[in-house]
Order: sequence, then C-alpha cells, then structure tokens
Amino acid sequence: MNNEVILTMRGIDKKFPGVTALSKVDFTLRSGEVHALMGENGAGKSTLIKVLTGVEALDGGEIRIKGVDHPVVNSSPQEAQKYGISTVYQEINLCPNLSVAENIFLGREPKKWGRIDWKTINQKATEILDVFQIEIDVTKPIENYSVAIQQMVAIARAVDISSKVLILDEPTSSLDEHEVEKLFSVMSKLKDMGIGIIFITHFLEEVYRISDRITILRNGIRVGEYETNSLPRVQLVAKMMGKEYDELTTIKNVGSYEAKDYEDKLLETEQLGRMGSIKPFDFLLHKGEVVGLAGLLGSGRSEMSRVIYGADRADTGQAYWKGEKIAVHAPMDAMKIGMAYLPENRMVEGIFPELSVRENIIIALQAKTGIWKLMSSKEQEAFADKYIELLQIKTPNIDAPIKNLSGGNQQKVIFARWLLTNPELLILDEPTRGIDVGTKTEIQKLVLELAGQGKSIIFISSEIEEMLRVCSRMVVLRDGNKICELSGDELGQKQIMETIAGGDISGEN
Amino acid sequence: MKIKSILRNISRHSMFFPITCLIIVLVINLIKTPTFFHVSINNGVLYGYIIDILNRASELVILAIGMTLVVACSGGTDISVGAVSAVAGAITIYLLVGPMSSGDYRMPYVLAILLGLLGAVLCGMFNGFLIARLKIQPMVATLILYTAGRGIAQVITQGFIIYVRKEEFKYLGNFIPGIPVPTPIIIATIVLILTNLLLKKTALGLYIQTVGVNRRAAKLVGLNSSLFIFLVYAFSGLCAGISGMIITSRVYSIDANNAGLNIELDAILAVAIGGNRLDGGKFSLAGSIVGAITIQALTTTLYAMKVTADQLPVYKAIVVVFIVVIQSSEFKRYIGKLLSRITKHGDRKQVEV
Repeated sequence: MNNEVILTMRGIDKKFPGVTALSKVDFTLRSGEVHALMGENGAGKSTLIKVLTGVEALDGGEIRIKGVDHPVVNSSPQEAQKYGISTVYQEINLCPNLSVAENIFLGREPKKWGRIDWKTINQKATEILDVFQIEIDVTKPIENYSVAIQQMVAIARAVDISSKVLILDEPTSSLDEHEVEKLFSVMSKLKDMGIGIIFITHFLEEVYRISDRITILRNGIRVGEYETNSLPRVQLVAKMMGKEYDELTTIKNVGSYEAKDYEDKLLETEQLGRMGSIKPFDFLLHKGEVVGLAGLLGSGRSEMSRVIYGADRADTGQAYWKGEKIAVHAPMDAMKIGMAYLPENRMVEGIFPELSVRENIIIALQAKTGIWKLMSSKEQEAFADKYIELLQIKTPNIDAPIKNLSGGNQQKVIFARWLLTNPELLILDEPTRGIDVGTKTEIQKLVLELAGQGKSIIFISSEIEEMLRVCSRMVVLRDGNKICELSGDELGQKQIMETIAGGDISGEN
Repeated sequence: MKIKSILRNISRHSMFFPITCLIIVLVINLIKTPTFFHVSINNGVLYGYIIDILNRASELVILAIGMTLVVACSGGTDISVGAVSAVAGAITIYLLVGPMSSGDYRMPYVLAILLGLLGAVLCGMFNGFLIARLKIQPMVATLILYTAGRGIAQVITQGFIIYVRKEEFKYLGNFIPGIPVPTPIIIATIVLILTNLLLKKTALGLYIQTVGVNRRAAKLVGLNSSLFIFLVYAFSGLCAGISGMIITSRVYSIDANNAGLNIELDAILAVAIGGNRLDGGKFSLAGSIVGAITIQALTTTLYAMKVTADQLPVYKAIVVVFIVVIQSSEFKRYIGKLLSRITKHGDRKQVEV
C-alpha cells in the first residue's frame, strides 16, 4: 500500500443562512486507505461530502486532487465524477427496473453499429462483478436483488468509471451482519487497488474493523485526524461529543435531583423489539422518573422510543402499562394510554409549517377527542393562550403560521401540544436540538418540573451533560442493542462515554 | 396611510387574486354586453347572463368542492371525475329506462339516483384504496378510471345513447315547476353548505389540512392519514356522481362518450385559480368556487364573443396562463422586487397603489 495523498481539502468554509456548517475544515485522503469521517448530528459530515461532490458550492477554501494542477471546484456530482470522485449513498440511486448490467453501464453503453451491444455489456458486467466475487445474473432487473447486492453493484459501477475517491455514506445501515462482511471484503479489494475510501458510519465497531484513519468533526470544525489504531474508542467518543477524555474524570455528576425510591411501575417492556431497527429489550419505567436513552446517533436510542410509542410497530415482545398488558399498534393507541412523543426531527415530523400556532397546539388533543367533537374556537384560543403564557412562546399572535417562529419557540409549541393532552409519559427525543441556550435551560427545567408533578419522562439527547442534568437513570445503547443501565454513582460522563464506546474499557484500545 | 394599509391587507388576502380574476372577466363582459348583469323573470323563472353562468357552472362547482379536498389532503388530483360522472349517469338512466330510450320508469326515480350515486362513490373508493392503501400516485391511480370509466359506462348502456322521454327527468338539470332558480344552482348550493358544515363543525377540515401539510407528523399525533385520504377520494366520487345526475338531466340522456368530457381538467383548474396549493395543505373552498365560476364565466364570455367551440380551448388557455402566472409566488416576488426598486427612485405614490 502506498500512502500517496490523492485528495486534500484545505480551509473549507460553508455557511447556510444563520448557520456556519463548516469552518476552516481540512481533510486529507491517501490512496489505498479507508478514512472514516465521524461526528454527531450537525457536525458537518454530510455538508463536507456535499461540498466535495459539488452538490453544494463552497464558500471558502480549496480542493486539490492528485494529477490536477489547479484547485478543483465541482459544480455537480457529474463533474466530481470526472475527477474520479464517486459517491454511493445510503439510498442507492440505481434504476430499479433496469438490469444489473444496464445499471453498471448506464449512460456509457458500449455500442456496435450505432446500437447497444448487449453481448459486450452483459459480458463486461459479469467480469466487473467477478472481481468482487459477486456471482449474479446481470440480465435480471436490479430490484430482484437485495439491498446489499444493489449497493455492491453501485460500488462496482462507481469503480468502473475509474474512481480514485469513493465515498460510502452509511453503507451498512440497512445490511445484515453477513452482508456487512461481504461489503468489507469488497472494501479491502478496493484498498488494494489503490482507491481512497471515505467511509461515513455511526457504528464504532465498523470504524475500528475497517478504517485506517479517522477524521472527527464537531459543530462544523475539524477536531482532528487520527490513526485508527492509536485512538482508543473512549477518546473517539469523547472527541465526537466535545470533551477531552482526561477532562471527563474531573467533571462531577451535575445531576440536580436526589436519588429516590420509585414504587409505582408505569411502563414495562419484555423483549420488545423490531427487526432491523432495535433488538429486543427489557425496560422498566416508574412514575415520576426521568430516564435517559444514551448512545450515538443510530445506536437505537430513537428507535427504542419509537417502538414504545408505536411510531414504528414492534414485531416482538410485550409491553405493560401499570402492570396490564397493552398493545400499541399506532401512535393513537399510545396517546389513549397516556403517552406523548416529541420527535427527533422537528421540521420533518413535528410541526405543521403552514398551520397556525393555535392549530399546532390543539391538534393532538383534537385528534384524541375525535372527529365529531371539534373544540370551539373559544376553547382553542383559551388553550393556546394558556400555553403560550405558560411556556412563554414568542409569537406575533396565535394565528401566525408556526413556520414563522424560531426553532426554540416551535419546539415549545410542540411541548404545549403534548402537555395539553395531559400525558403520564412524555418521550422527548432531542428536545433541545438546534435551540438557543436560554430556551434549552427552560426546557430542561420544564422536564424536571413535570417529573416533580409525577409525570414520567424518557429523555434522549446527544449531549451527555444535559442528560446528566435531568435523568436519574440512563439506558445505554450501541448498534441497535440495549447494553446496560446506569444509575446512582455510575452516572458520570466518563462511565457513560466508556459504555457508549464499548470495546475495551481501559482506554488503551 | 390608512387606505394604503387597508389596500395592502386586501391585496395580501388569499382570496384577492381569485376574486380579482373573476371581476376582470365580469367587467369585460359588462363592457361588451351592457345588459350583462340584468336579471329578469320570464315565464316564472330567473333569466339573465349571470344566472346562466351560475347555472352552467354548477357541475363544475360541485366537482371543484370534491377536488379541493382531494388536493388538500393527498397533494394529488383526481382526474377520473369526468368519467365517473358518466358512469353514474349511465347507471341511473339504465336502471330507469333500460337500454332502449323510453318514457316509462322501471324503478322508483329516487332509488335509481341513489344507486347511480352509490356507483360513483364506489369508483371514488376504488381510487381511494389504490392511493391510500397501495400508495399508488394519485395521477396514475385515477388514470385507471379516467380511461376505463367511459368504457364501463358504455358497457352499462350497451353502447347506446339512451334518452329519457319524461318531463320530470329534466327537473334536476333545468327548473322545478314553481321554483324560479335553476335546480343545478340549488343543488350546488346545498352541496357547498353541507360540505362546509361538515368541515367546519367537525374536526374533518382540520384533519384534512393536517394530513395534507405533513403526513408524517400527522401520524405521530395519532391521525390515520390513509383513512382520510381514502375518504376524500370517496367524497370526490360522490361529487362526480352528483354532477353526473345534473349533466344527464340537462340533456335528458346519457352519452357515455361525451358526458362530462374534460370537465376534470376544469375542476383542477378551478382549484388552482382559487389560490389553492396543488401540493396539499391549507385550502379554501371559497377560492375553488370562485375559480369554477370564473372558468364558466370565461367560457360564456368567449362564446358571446363568437368564438367557436373548437377554438375555445386556445383562448381559454391564454387566459388561464395569465391567471396562473400572476398568482405564482415567483411572479409576485419579481413584482415585489420591481416595485421596491421603483420606490428607491422616489415617486412612492404610484407604487403604493
């Protein structure tokens, strides 16, 4: 393996209205290496890739590619491909109803007498796939094959278009273990061929199995570049979350609650799970308790809460509510029992942008009371006014569209929506993401207040500190698995990080 | 200043453009035909251009009501409504008089009407099932009945144009003795009032908007999005059935090939002219109705200007392009920019008005 540099990005800046997505980010890729790009949500991984592949224009900095004597500015993925940069996305962009061979040669079909030379296409496609030991019928439509095969075909296609740089964006998220093995063996082959691979994933195991080097981003800034085998897992997690490992031991548990004995069981699950998203888990939640679900993005923390709420239907296991069996097939079932769910992605699953603040507040209660009992506009106004006052939501008036509000106020509206239904259990997935510091503190206080009133809360956050502030117990998840629970003295940043990271606890890797 | 701010508020109201379009069409008519707004009573029935436009617009108004909800809830359109109204008309007339044109009813009139409407609702439910349950694109799903519907109607009528030679059959599409208002206007008004009651007095209107604005978020607040999408298509089928009854009664016959031909496009257009977003979400029934009346007014106007039926689409298209363009947000933004540039160069008065 030679270690020639094939791609350098220097001082990359990218701003979106109101947000700095990337700030002076450097990135170097060498030939024949797998380079993992790591970071939590909003760290800037995808923006960096988008800038590189020409999906987004860069605001500053330069990109250089080996063999090109001037800085490269890509204005489209097609242009990037000309310079040998290909991407295989999580959602594979192949044409499902074309054959495997057609997909590989799409747009560059070999021709004979002005007509497509099917014989050559099929023969060549078979040869290309042979290299990766994929033996399939290349004349069949690609949709007949599994996601894993499709992905490899996409990779084969990318490589055949003479790629020097291959970007794999979360390639393993929909593969099973066996398929991941296969993918890794393909990646090893590509390494031997001298291709540089940028590997984006949330699975730490995979990073340590396959990657040679890691670049960590956090809040749009490059934390650093490290050799994989000299960076202990705990350090990696700590760096992704923005803490130096040594610092962790000195930070005390900031939890502001007193350890209590909880008596009344509220929710209990027995081997509840869903294929492909969260492995079966046991979980117990008491009345008035705030439990955190800790883990990296994609660890199963959101998936676990979605299964409990019925946003995704569980396919195994059983749940109990106050000791009685419950069947939650859809969110409405959960709402009727007394659950509320604040989703992770406010824009996509939370707000109804064009509807008014008033409608956004009353919708959950209205859905619960049913179609025939429409709340009068007086009632609606009274409810909206009450919660705007209570949560200090800043809005010009109650009939302004919610899309005109700031992120923090939108989130408060969604809080109001659920508080109005008077739930006993609130599931809060990243309730403070993308929200200003002031509002953040308000929301944290609110959570503790609600717990004080006897409501139970499942709290999910990427920020460990925040979780420590509000949670009395934490469930740690990794790679779709509930690993363990921590409570009392075990609740410290260091222990949590170590558990999230898994592997060797000693920090020596 | 005050007048200016009032003007600005009016111009920002969602109904501003639809109503402006209608007024422009009406004013042109008034100039061409000074007696345009004249309404008189001849032989005990109302008579005049305006009445004629409202009368002719009735089917379209009814279809536009159904279409508005379809668009709002599913972000798609139902292009089968013209064909479905032919199916409904075919069922009713066939049940009444059989394959041969005749003046004797074979079953009670009301029952035949109800069965015709039922047929239309079943068509709508078929669309709804494909779209809500099988997640087929609305355009593709309703294309099935768009093409097959007239064939089905042909099968029912056994390929004949069936006439109903009975005076009472004409009541729905013309006048009921003793009532001066054309029956279609009455029916359209009833459909509008009932629909509006259903939307405003129950949570249905809110649910439809909620599902249309953000289907995923709607699921998380416990709404069964598929159910509502299914329901709006079934309702659109019902509206198509009601129009089918009016259409067949007007000509006291069913011609499976021509009943309600191309009317689905006018219905979609009515929704668009009414200022409704075609990708779903918030909707305005009133807007769609103004849109439907505008389209009919336009058609009547063009006929009055001696445009022949086969040239009509060309002129209509020109006007429609104009209406749609001035409503587009891009165009408004462009005008806004233009205005603010003029403002910078002084002469504010011109700009504000």
